[in-house]
Amino acid sequence: MDAAVRELSYAQAIQEAMAIAMDMDDRVFLMGEDIGVYGGAFQVTGDLVERYGTDRVIDTPISELGGAGVAVGAAVTGMRPIFEFQFSDFATLGMEQIVNQAAKMRFMLGGEVSVPVVMRFPAGSGTGAAAQHSQSLEAWLGHVPGLKVIQPATPHDAKGMLLAAVADPDPVMIFEHKLLYKMKGHVPEGHYTVPIGKAEIRREGRDLTIVATSIMVQKALDAAAALEGEGIDVEVVDLRTIRPIDRQTIIDSVKKTSRLLCVYEAVKTLGIGAEVSALVAESEAFDYLDAPIVRLGGAETPIPYNPDLEKATVPQVPDIITAARDLVKGVR
Amino acid sequence: MAGASKAVVASKAVVDSRANLPFVYRQYSPEQLRQVLHKMYLIRRFEEGAEECYMRGLIHGTMHLSIGQEASAMGICMPLAEDDQITSTHRGHGHCIAKGAEVSRMFAEFFGKTTGYCKGRGGSMHIADVAKGNLGANGIVAGGIPIAVGAALSSKMMKTGKVVVSFFGDGANNEGAFHEALNMAAIWKLPVIFVCENNGYGMSTSTARSTAVKNIAERAAAYSMPGVIVNGNIFSEVAEASHKAVERARAGEGPTLIESKTYRYRGHSKSDRNRYRTKEEIEDWMANRDPITLFETELRDFGFIDDQGIQAIRDAVAKEIADGIEFAKASPAPEIATLQNYVYTEHA
Repeated sequence: MDAAVRELSYAQAIQEAMAIAMDMDDRVFLMGEDIGVYGGAFQVTGDLVERYGTDRVIDTPISELGGAGVAVGAAVTGMRPIFEFQFSDFATLGMEQIVNQAAKMRFMLGGEVSVPVVMRFPAGSGTGAAAQHSQSLEAWLGHVPGLKVIQPATPHDAKGMLLAAVADPDPVMIFEHKLLYKMKGHVPEGHYTVPIGKAEIRREGRDLTIVATSIMVQKALDAAAALEGEGIDVEVVDLRTIRPIDRQTIIDSVKKTSRLLCVYEAVKTLGIGAEVSALVAESEAFDYLDAPIVRLGGAETPIPYNPDLEKATVPQVPDIITAARDLVKGVR
Repeated sequence: MAGASKAVVASKAVVDSRANLPFVYRQYSPEQLRQVLHKMYLIRRFEEGAEECYMRGLIHGTMHLSIGQEASAMGICMPLAEDDQITSTHRGHGHCIAKGAEVSRMFAEFFGKTTGYCKGRGGSMHIADVAKGNLGANGIVAGGIPIAVGAALSSKMMKTGKVVVSFFGDGANNEGAFHEALNMAAIWKLPVIFVCENNGYGMSTSTARSTAVKNIAERAAAYSMPGVIVNGNIFSEVAEASHKAVERARAGEGPTLIESKTYRYRGHSKSDRNRYRTKEEIEDWMANRDPITLFETELRDFGFIDDQGIQAIRDAVAKEIADGIEFAKASPAPEIATLQNYVYTEHA
């Protein structure tokens, strides 16, 4: 196969990035629950323990709070830990160390330390794992100054953004949608980085801007392809980073299309869509709007077990098509 | 020549006479021990000075004073090297000074000035001195314990030989972080020492009401590490336990839990009305078990210092405190424009 079009899955891309990071820097190591011989709950670490040993691929006890704290302490004292939460929902158990310690330590100490820790969070619904293993909590962490919060949407970005995160001197939280792990895509060989804090225009269009995150990027692209047949030309912005947010790319896109639809899986209220809507409303792009901003987010409910209910909880491609069409045609 | 040989005999006699004394008098030089007394006074007077500044409205916020716990901080830090590390607590002024901080920069931090250890961003509850190995006080009970374990993991992975001490109070022993951290330190045999300064009360709730075991050191058994109880008001006892724990940690044998039983004279914080303990209890500790009085008396009784030497220490400390407060007052406040500095690492 031509190296230029080499394809990897999203999970393989992350694994390759972690291997490259460990090859490049002795300070990098992995911690998490069952990331060793088990290979991680989603097989993201896979066989890395065989290649790097148990000293660098460390199985922790089931201790999310303590484990997160150990990662923070190691980061402050010269190491570069990559800590895997088995499910993003378990961030709730480690919140103290993430929010009170990792995010604030540099600030509280007047810049005397940095906290170069990377934390990975397998997130999102669609696996039938029900309410405590399916949440999208990225906006919780996105609300905390001192953290950087990213949501790569492609295998290419999953690798490049992880390598950027490892090189970053500050704590970076990576939310990986579990349904993306099997997604295949072009992933270049070797080391490269994708910058944190930069959105990417995945599809250019004239009639409507969809700002989407994580798995919703692909759903938005699918919706855009369907709408093309109806003569609706959709621009899809992959937000990629929710803190620090790339205001300019969003504003420029809305100024061009005059319409904004925000699509994200997390519960709609008080989510990333509110932030994107507000920053557009506060900007010069407001004057360009031809229609009210629309948000399409998760239902105001925990994620249910029943597969039909589960699907109905989060935006699907037909929902995006309908919302986009109504927005362009002025249907309220 | 005769004189020289007499001197040798005399110094041997001194050494022999020390053989029956408590640990620290055998382990450390008289000068080192006088320095300890100096620092114990420095901690006490620093906190009294900070309290007075607070009462006069020169310092805002709140503070948690460790007056009465000075021997614990000094004893634990005594065997530590400068590059060994500690994590501390909201009641952490003593640890900070014991690990080598300057009171002038601590006062400056309390005054919110740019010359403070945290450039005025942290205050009392986040005081740190990273250059001296103090990774910081912590506003979250037990927040520093897993961080200390992480620092010890760094020490082991980077083979630096550093030992890490995590100070915490009796309240922290009922936090999940305590248990998770001790377990990980034990399974990975990390060079960390857990120091529970048990002053009898987590804010207002006594350990008798909050903790299922009589002694917090008993918790060590659950994590297969030594659990040592010391009288936290007797400097030598604390230092001896710390010395053994440091040796064990440096030898790669893993962590130790030390319970240092002590007492705080002041309330939990500045809002405390002391309704959960009696005046008699507080006065009993102050009159009969004061750590500075106990150490000073021993030093004098064993001939390591005389009244003149004690007075010289007190005078020197008083001057350091007065100078420190003046330094803090005269230091510049941060510019409002720098508000968002240090949230993220500035790119060079």
